[in-house]
Amino acid sequence: MRELKFLLQKEFKQIFRNKGLLPLIFVVPFVQLLILPLAADYEVKNINISIVDQDHSSYSQHLISKITSSGYFKLAGYAPTFNEGFKQIENGQADLILEIPTGFERNLIRENQQKLFIAINAINGVKAGLGGNYLSQIISDYNSDIRVQWIRPGRFKEAPTIQLVSSNWFNPFMNYNYFMVPGILVVLVTMVGSYMCALNIVKEKEAGTIEQINVTPIKKYQFVLGKLIPFWIIGMMVFTIGLFIVARLVYGIVPVGSVLLLYGYLAIYLIALLGLGLLISTFAETQQQAMSVAYFFIMIFMLMSGLFTPLDGMPQWAYVIAKINPVTYFIDVVRMIILKGSDFSDLVYHFTIMTGFALVLNGLAIWNYRKTS
Amino acid sequence: MADVVLNNIVKTYNKGEVKAVNDVSFEVRKGELFGLIGADGAGKTSIFRILTTLLLPDSGTAYVDGCDVVKDYKTIRKKVGYMPGKFSLYQDLSVEENLHFFATVFDTTVAENYDLIKDIYVQLEPFKTRRAGKLSGGMKQKLALCCALIHRPNVLFLDEPTTGVDVVSRKEFWEMLKGLKQQGITILVSTPYMDEATLCERIALIQSGSMMMIDTPDQIIKKFPDKLYAVKANNMIRLQTELRNNSQIKSCYSFGDYHHITMENEQLTIDNLRASLQNEGLYNLEVKEITPTIEDCFMSLMNR
Repeated sequence: MRELKFLLQKEFKQIFRNKGLLPLIFVVPFVQLLILPLAADYEVKNINISIVDQDHSSYSQHLISKITSSGYFKLAGYAPTFNEGFKQIENGQADLILEIPTGFERNLIRENQQKLFIAINAINGVKAGLGGNYLSQIISDYNSDIRVQWIRPGRFKEAPTIQLVSSNWFNPFMNYNYFMVPGILVVLVTMVGSYMCALNIVKEKEAGTIEQINVTPIKKYQFVLGKLIPFWIIGMMVFTIGLFIVARLVYGIVPVGSVLLLYGYLAIYLIALLGLGLLISTFAETQQQAMSVAYFFIMIFMLMSGLFTPLDGMPQWAYVIAKINPVTYFIDVVRMIILKGSDFSDLVYHFTIMTGFALVLNGLAIWNYRKTS
Repeated sequence: MADVVLNNIVKTYNKGEVKAVNDVSFEVRKGELFGLIGADGAGKTSIFRILTTLLLPDSGTAYVDGCDVVKDYKTIRKKVGYMPGKFSLYQDLSVEENLHFFATVFDTTVAENYDLIKDIYVQLEPFKTRRAGKLSGGMKQKLALCCALIHRPNVLFLDEPTTGVDVVSRKEFWEMLKGLKQQGITILVSTPYMDEATLCERIALIQSGSMMMIDTPDQIIKKFPDKLYAVKANNMIRLQTELRNNSQIKSCYSFGDYHHITMENEQLTIDNLRASLQNEGLYNLEVKEITPTIEDCFMSLMNR
């Protein structure tokens, strides 16, 4: 225990003296938490729309003003023909074309129905899907407006309609930040845990200091603990800064569930991740190798964790990978506790899995560490 | 029992392809300053790493201070000091912090053993708050020696401590080693510099993982089998070609201003040699008999 104390002292001295690492630990999380949620916002705004109005009636004018005033669309311009409008898509000026046919108003009144044509640039699938959706909504809204105008007071409705009323639970205003910020917080903690721990150990290998330590009475487990504990604490600190300073003060996110439970899970999660860092460090001989390997894992962890895309939409093989990714569980837990207020009984499954990760990753790391030295 | 004992140690790398240490046996007596002399890649570092329990030998046994390097590695680690060839202290910690750290790791304090390192540490004292990484080469060596000594080890292993250090610092370093020897510490030091060999009490000449000779420097020089001559002329390159082409010359190596030669038999006299070289058009000839150096011995052993 005495040795461990000195190792920890030394480790913290080195970390706090490292001018390159300190900002990485304490500033980068802030910046990332402030920038990333804004960039990862799925609410698509400013969709450029080009309108081919061949009717020029008061109805078509009304529709256009309804579209442009919705806030989602920006009028890229009017085009006389569809081909002209398509040129605007080709030039990248427009994402969508709405074609209003000749006699739109006349036929609508006379025949009680009319068709509109929408062409969407689908290079960006998300933008295309959402843009198409928004536009159909606006048009159907417009449609019911017209119906209301036409209904004569005192008469029965001509056709029964089903009206949908939805209520958004746990995130009533569908605030995208509520969903993203806790997830990004998880990714940050993951990086600190795996990268920094692995790099730190490999640095000692590179500098040869590990040899010098090996010729002292310091035992291997003491050395390993001396490396894991500081990064465990730093991981906790980064999470705390992110949760209580950035998430609360900037985004107004207040955990609904128990903060203690959240930290309990974080503690186990960090042990698992540090085990991964340790495992990487037993394979890598240089910091460059460690960095590349850690980067490979972080990329997969991030993209296949349900942070950006829901797991249910993944193909079976990807779903399996996501399920053996510790980040998936932590993101799930963070969202459950912060947004939904889940308690321990809801999270037993997650706790069991993460404890398993912690045991397996650390076990592998220690086994390989023994073997190599 | 001697402080360091090696019995038929073998170490190979790459699954037996590279033989780094080949059946090496030697002993270092208590309180001795023992030198391991050999070129780069001779296997010196492998021997050090086996003795400091960082590497397991393929076969053979070795004891340090009475403990087996394989079985009692934990005890050995408490009793030896090791200074690797590469500077391996924490570059981002200061001189003081490094020393303090290694003292605490061995469950001791700097103050407790200060007398042992005092002579060395006074030179470092003005820089004690400087980061170890920012020290000059000679200062780094001194700090590394202090750190290796801070727990008062019984045996000190110094792997090429003077490689890459200037002449003055090298001299100082050897003076320090002599001082430590007087404190009763057994020292095993390796060096690729032959001129440092004479500063050791006994030396082992090692080449390609095998021991060539183990003795005191004087004895090794005495065992030199032939008479050795130093030859000099106006054109040293041509002189070397001539000497090497002469079938009566056994060996010819260039040593600074002179070529050192040995002769196949004693029939060839200095005068004969002089005459034959003059015939080849070389002038300003100088031929004299000299006492061999360790380097001469090493070269002659290498070619046997």
